[in-house]
Amino acid sequence: MLPGFGLALGYTLVYLSLLILLPLGGLILKASELGFSQIIDIALGERSLAAFRVTFGASFLAAAVNAFFGLIVAWILVRYPFPGKRFVDALVDLPFALPTAVAGITLATLYAGNGWLGRFIEPLGIKVAYTPLGIVVALTFITLPFVVRTLQPVIEDIETEVEEAAASLGASRWQTFARVIFPAIFPALLTGFALAFARAIGEYGSVIFIAGNLPLISEIVPLLIISKLEQYDVLGATALAVVMLALSFILLLAVNLLQWWTANRHKNDEPLEVAAGKASGATT
Amino acid sequence: MKSNRATQEPRWVRYALLTIGLGFLFFFLGLPLVAVFVEALAQGVPLYIEALKEPETRSAIWLTVAIALAVLPFNIAFGVAAAWAIAKFEFKGKSLLITLIDLPFAVSPVVAGLVFILLFGAQGSFGPWLSEHDIKIIFAVPGMILATLFITFPFIARELIPLMQSQGKDEEEAAVSLGASGWQMFWRVTLPNIKWGLLYGVILSNARAMGEFGAVSVVSGHIRGETNTLPLHVEILYNEYNAIGAFAAASILALLALVTLVAKTIVEWRMKKETEMLNTVLAPEKT
Repeated sequence: MLPGFGLALGYTLVYLSLLILLPLGGLILKASELGFSQIIDIALGERSLAAFRVTFGASFLAAAVNAFFGLIVAWILVRYPFPGKRFVDALVDLPFALPTAVAGITLATLYAGNGWLGRFIEPLGIKVAYTPLGIVVALTFITLPFVVRTLQPVIEDIETEVEEAAASLGASRWQTFARVIFPAIFPALLTGFALAFARAIGEYGSVIFIAGNLPLISEIVPLLIISKLEQYDVLGATALAVVMLALSFILLLAVNLLQWWTANRHKNDEPLEVAAGKASGATT
Repeated sequence: MKSNRATQEPRWVRYALLTIGLGFLFFFLGLPLVAVFVEALAQGVPLYIEALKEPETRSAIWLTVAIALAVLPFNIAFGVAAAWAIAKFEFKGKSLLITLIDLPFAVSPVVAGLVFILLFGAQGSFGPWLSEHDIKIIFAVPGMILATLFITFPFIARELIPLMQSQGKDEEEAAVSLGASGWQMFWRVTLPNIKWGLLYGVILSNARAMGEFGAVSVVSGHIRGETNTLPLHVEILYNEYNAIGAFAAASILALLALVTLVAKTIVEWRMKKETEMLNTVLAPEKT
């Protein structure tokens, strides 16, 4: 038997309780002063409801943009050789390393009317900076690595034999992708999407610089929590925070289920021939 | 090349995907990174250096470094302890514990700041007691350290748990059966085995600690020269339309991000090399 189990687990539990569980418990306790129906009333107030709509809508769009482009980026990073690949691969993690405030002011400057990108986009009638679209851009930047990094190992693990089998049975490349490769990487794609979405709904630092922060139009929930706090409406802030916390829990649970699904998937995978046959349209 | 027809995309598809993928990365990652430095140096190098010499910018840099250093030992101790218990032993509720460790990843930074205001703020649970004893946590450095600890809580444990699980416990058991004490085993066997993973976790949590904005912003009170970290200072300068100052401060943080990426890549490379070496040493025995 190895030593140190009691000490390590005891320390872990005490530290976890004091730093994470006690403060979160305090939040729930404070919210219970309000009661369930009042929390719902605050969350469904005109301004809060609009903020939730903006937050979730922009987060969904950003995660969707990243799911699409992230799949392409992960694919070219794994499958195609090109110069500077290692540099590009390392650069994908930039949003994790770059402080969000830096991302915020930089994106706001780039997309402003006189910015490098804004001066080309605004004449086309598309305003990004200080609009809800700006929120989508900031959240896309912040959550960019999630889909790429969840997909990369899964694409690396695809056995090329399956693709060859599909080809030998007469499948075109597109059929092989749609019926063999895509089903294999779909759970990971969904996991990456959910991780990006979960991160995006809580994001604050990068968004506030580019959003314009107009109530009802481009105000996100984390900002509304802070402005309630600054007006000494602690209970209102707590109510919104508890709703956010509950939604984050649900998302965390969903991500865990997805990861469990991904991990257990290949255990009861279809035999090779069936997958390959499906690709050529032989069986259904 | 008939055999390639279904195992490889046609040439035009490959070029199209490369263009779309790299174009996306250029507009969303490359351009912002370049823009930080161009904006910081827009009025020339002397003004850039002048902006960095501002006493408030300098004190913000020091506070950022001080907070990052303050949270580091806590995060290392927790990460190693949690990974030791989870990776080397079986106990009930283990998967629940792993989920709870992940919890701070799912909590909005703003909420993370708010929970400490509810505990230690003027009207918080411990507020009256703290003001009676003249202890300031909220709108002071201790609160900022607490918020940073909350945000960076999972990083090191997340790296170490899978690493220590994959290493198993044979080596430690051998050390103990040869008469090593618990701490001897830890310093001579465990720590050398996990040093790269630990360093990796430290790099990630340090980047987050130095760059954290939302959580720290809620508890800091934005007192210039006192509770202003570099990311918060960037916001203040930017809102005052001091673009040079804001981007000069931002460029320091962007440099930090680049150093983080390089360090991370080097450590990843070392870890990969070590597992490869281990595999080639062990391979003949296993087969």
